[in-house]
Amino acid sequence: MSERIDSRLFEPLTVDKEEINKIVRPNLTYWQDAWRRLKQNKVAIISLVILVLMIIIAVFGPMFSKYDYRTNDLAGGNQFPSAEHWFGTDELGRDLFVRNLYGTRISLAVGIGAAFLEFFIGVIYGGISGYYGGNVDNIMMRIVDVLFSVPTVLYVILLMVVFGSGLKNIFIALGISYWVGMARIVRGQMLALKQQEFVLAARALGASNRRIILRHLVPNSMGPIIVTATMAIPSAIFTEAFLSFIGLGVSAPMASLGVLCNDAIITYRTYFFQLLFPALTLCIMMLAFNLFGDGLRDALDPKMRK
Amino acid sequence: MLNYIVKRIISGVITLWVVITITFILMHLIPGGPFDKEKKVPDKVKKAMEARYNLDKPLWWQYGDYLKGLVKFDLGPSFKYEGRTVNEIIKTGFPVSAQLGGVAVIFSLLLGLPFGIISALKQGKWQDNLVMFLATIGITVPSFVLATLLLYVFGLKLGWFPTMRWGTPLHYVLPVIALAGSPTAIISRLTRSSLLDVVRQDYIRTARAKGIPEKIVIYKHALKNALIPVLTYLGPLIAAVLTGSFVIEKIFTIPGLGKQFVESITNRDFTTILGTTVFYSVLLVVCNLIVDILYAVVDPRIKLDN
Repeated sequence: MSERIDSRLFEPLTVDKEEINKIVRPNLTYWQDAWRRLKQNKVAIISLVILVLMIIIAVFGPMFSKYDYRTNDLAGGNQFPSAEHWFGTDELGRDLFVRNLYGTRISLAVGIGAAFLEFFIGVIYGGISGYYGGNVDNIMMRIVDVLFSVPTVLYVILLMVVFGSGLKNIFIALGISYWVGMARIVRGQMLALKQQEFVLAARALGASNRRIILRHLVPNSMGPIIVTATMAIPSAIFTEAFLSFIGLGVSAPMASLGVLCNDAIITYRTYFFQLLFPALTLCIMMLAFNLFGDGLRDALDPKMRK
Repeated sequence: MLNYIVKRIISGVITLWVVITITFILMHLIPGGPFDKEKKVPDKVKKAMEARYNLDKPLWWQYGDYLKGLVKFDLGPSFKYEGRTVNEIIKTGFPVSAQLGGVAVIFSLLLGLPFGIISALKQGKWQDNLVMFLATIGITVPSFVLATLLLYVFGLKLGWFPTMRWGTPLHYVLPVIALAGSPTAIISRLTRSSLLDVVRQDYIRTARAKGIPEKIVIYKHALKNALIPVLTYLGPLIAAVLTGSFVIEKIFTIPGLGKQFVESITNRDFTTILGTTVFYSVLLVVCNLIVDILYAVVDPRIKLDN
């Protein structure tokens, strides 16, 4: 049973050939699109601003202070926060505000440095493994599996025991142990991408394997790679703080946030502020990196979103 | 099934062998022997001590000797404590750590799962926002910061919980919370995202269409599948609690293996470091093995042959 519809109700649509082909929205590249999405994420942008501020203050702040991180002033030890010493002083009379700035600097350097090391080693290792496949992949991934079955913290502890404490050694230890997760991500990306036509086209044009990996495959999997690297920063900062806390961190008189926390543990019953400030800085930094990383993931790789 | 289990056991044993070998080599790479003390020991005494611990033999001999001992579950003597073996150290420390860790694991599951479920069921509402906010905090606050904060507020200021010694159930409360903090957060996040994933699937719509009450749909149909990804987190969970115990036991002065391990690092007691690492690796590999098998049993979709 169908009702008849009056044909006068309809109005023919005029078709303008020019109009159809007009592109309404501006053409956005992948990165522009990601930036557009990221900008809409308030939490991520606030985190980014906090991080940038932290970096600026940590890098330039100490220049404007009359104190430094190493000069002792035994007479003025364990002072409570005041106008003179914003965060108070420690047992040896060192200004804790400046020590906190230096600590933030070291923690940031460790985090970002570890992320870079993870990036380079992981991308190369995972790229080779995923691209070549077969036995190469099998062997390389077996090694990764073995490394993966023991927690990173345990490794880093062992390596630090061998190398001895110190900033340089923390970088080496983190570099040796952090790339494993990245290698897995990159390998997965390579396996998915290498079947696609543009790789075949590149090969048909005579591109070398190295060129295909570095120029075609890696740029196309940059989204997940950057997200993984960003997430490595807070994790590395945490690991460094953890190491410092069990006495394997940077050597005195230098101090990272973890060292400051560890030093304060001894006196926390009377001078709680000595613990509070570095702990708070550490938490804010970790929170900002995590939230920014979450936002970055949502912006760069909507599929990964959960 | 049997095939799969045998395969996993073999790869587990290989993993262990690699870890043991690497750790052994690392421990013997350390410059300076265990008997290099501040006070110079006469050469004769040093030689005699080295002979006693077989340190004068070539490295491959020591390695073979160590493996032979391992087969008999003998981790050798401690370098630091005269007359104590690593086995004894583990025997006294591990039960304490295992108890604490076990309670922490159960606590994080009992808390994390309901939180995740509530959050998923109330997606977008205040309950969800609250849980996710707490989870973000839980992930970003390092365990040692949480631990010292708890100790200061509830132990020292409010006096609700003891800050010294170890033994009564009250002693467990703060360390368990500190240890379970970030695992709880991760579990609730995981449960939430996994449940949200499952709820959108067709078979849930079918169940609802059949008129099954919502409670049964969620708790009987959806949850079963939603918990599978959470199960895979059990391995990392145990690893997290294990490494977390290093700092938590130090802060709360709990006489567990974690504290012993950290002390052996400070004392440069190499055989204890080596032995404890081997012990931890065995523990983790066995746990991962059990989780993998459990995973395959629970989810028949996972092909056992691959």
